[in-house]
Amino acid sequence: MKSLFYGLWPVCRKEFTHIIRDRGTLFFALLIPLIQLFLFGFAVDTNIRQIPTVVLDESHTQQSRQLLESFAASDTFRLAFTVQSNPAMYAAMRAGTARVAIKIPYDYGRRLQSGATATVLVLIDGSDSSVAGQAVNASTGVALEQSLNRILGSSQLPIEVRPSVLYNPATRSANFFVPGLIAVLLQMMIILLIALSLVRERERGTLEQLTMTPVAALGLMVGKMIPYGVLGFGELCLILTIMRIVFQVPIHGNVFALLGMSLPFLLTVLGVGLFISTKARTQAEAFQLSMGTVLPSVFLSGYIFLIDTMPPFFRGVSRFIPATYYIQILRGVILRGAGFTDLWPNALVLTLMGCATILLAARQFVNQRGP
Amino acid sequence: MTPVITADHLTIRFGDFTAVSDVSFEINKGELFGFLGPNGSGKTTIIKALCGLITPTEGTGTILGMDIHKHAADIKRHVGYMSQKFGLYEDLTVSENLGFYSGVYGLTASRAHQRIQEVVALTGLAPYLHRRVSALSGGWKQRLALGCAIIHSPEVVFLDEPTAGIDPVARRSLWDLFFLLSAQGVTFFVTTHYMDEAERCGRVGYIYMSKLVALGTISELQNLPEANPAGTTRIEIETPDTSTVLAALRKQPGVREATIFGRSIHSLVESRHIDTLRAQFPQAKVQTIVPSLEDVFVTLTYQIMEAAK
Repeated sequence: MKSLFYGLWPVCRKEFTHIIRDRGTLFFALLIPLIQLFLFGFAVDTNIRQIPTVVLDESHTQQSRQLLESFAASDTFRLAFTVQSNPAMYAAMRAGTARVAIKIPYDYGRRLQSGATATVLVLIDGSDSSVAGQAVNASTGVALEQSLNRILGSSQLPIEVRPSVLYNPATRSANFFVPGLIAVLLQMMIILLIALSLVRERERGTLEQLTMTPVAALGLMVGKMIPYGVLGFGELCLILTIMRIVFQVPIHGNVFALLGMSLPFLLTVLGVGLFISTKARTQAEAFQLSMGTVLPSVFLSGYIFLIDTMPPFFRGVSRFIPATYYIQILRGVILRGAGFTDLWPNALVLTLMGCATILLAARQFVNQRGP
Repeated sequence: MTPVITADHLTIRFGDFTAVSDVSFEINKGELFGFLGPNGSGKTTIIKALCGLITPTEGTGTILGMDIHKHAADIKRHVGYMSQKFGLYEDLTVSENLGFYSGVYGLTASRAHQRIQEVVALTGLAPYLHRRVSALSGGWKQRLALGCAIIHSPEVVFLDEPTAGIDPVARRSLWDLFFLLSAQGVTFFVTTHYMDEAERCGRVGYIYMSKLVALGTISELQNLPEANPAGTTRIEIETPDTSTVLAALRKQPGVREATIFGRSIHSLVESRHIDTLRAQFPQAKVQTIVPSLEDVFVTLTYQIMEAAK
């Protein structure tokens, strides 16, 4: 057992010295994820509000003005400007100055008063699917509300649905995105740092020297993992603090359960980094391979798109992405107040993945000692 | 006396490529063994096989009586290795590098402390202990690399082109260290390109196209029958005008090899043509010589190339 991890502590201590000596790398390693946290945390807002809207009111009646007011009051639409003709309305849509157009025909007021159905044309720019969906819902909502008001007058609504959003009552995007972002940022930072550290030794020839010493493959790898694991853990604490204080995302569950279940994820990404370092010959290659792991973890991990709605193939792929499991842990603990009893299967999968990648990397490393 | 290093019919193939072909030798305790050969001839591969990093396809070897197949891990504890790449951490200080290598060789804290002092005294690194390696000159880096390679007091040290690219003064002082350690009983296996370095070695092996083509002391090699083919004589021609004489000489019948050696020409000629040559170049001084190590290796290399055709 001891010979399996031979040389672990000297390697670990040396690696800490490298990290402390190289202040610039340390500074950027810690700072860049924070900058990204601020960028994404503030910029990403999926709650669609104030869609610029163009109005063509041919009716010019009290009823048409009332309808436009209720559109404006919905917060989804911002009545940006009015036009006087059909071509002008389409031109505004094409140019993108308006995402939605509302056309109230000249007979709108008259039909309403005679009790016939009055039609209103709402054009929606479909080039941004999330904007379009929100606009369709909001515009039918406005129409329904106005219709009911007319039919019922001042009497009570017979049925009232009271939707209550659990765990994230204000449906704030930050609450949804920042916990997932933690997984992506940690992964990017750790994979890159550890992969570069090993490839640098390969480039400079110190790795060749180490293979001539009694240091065991696992001793070298685990010895390198500890310092970067500690660094990643520190960064995690820093990000959680900023998330709580700056982005005002409350942590509903137990912080220590969260930190504990983060360790298997750190293990896995460290393993992935080591595996990359056995494949990469140069630091540039290691950098590219590390960055290659980022996109799948962003798009297929449930960070942005719901896994349940993916095609079966990609749902299968998402199961092999460590970030998938860690994002569930993060959102579970932070937003839903879940604990170890709810989330242990995720932690278990990550632990298994971690051990597998490390063993794979160690085997790869030993097999590579060719000419 | 049992030899410290043995190679017994070592053959190493990587796919279709044969890196080492049927190489055998024995090296005794305290010997300084020089291993010569062009790049890619298999020198480093043999070192790696002897250290247990590569499993030979055929044949075997021992280090200090330990079989390279079975005791790879134990061998590494008794062997030091230094290459032209230094294997030093440039951002660490001299003492941190020595400390790291004493750690990976599993030295206890007190033993490490003692060995670092001994190595520093031997290599004269004391004034630079707390300096970062990146601030050292090439010669001092080399001394530190040697220090790291012998921190665990190995009985055997492999030096893979240890002096590539350093100045002659630093080179000589590094060799003085090798001799000092070898006198203390450390066995050295040194690969090199430099003939003058090879001539300092007690015994020399010459590897060409993955085969060991010559092995012995310097004088044994100089007197090899292959290096002195029957009916030929090696001569030195002293002339003020070496390049014109060389060009003319190469056109003469019976001249097998000719090359400029400083202000003279070394040539291997068929003995029956010597008198013709003397007559041809009356202004030159022609005398018979013993071949230099380089002459020997060039002759052997030509013979192998001829045989390959």
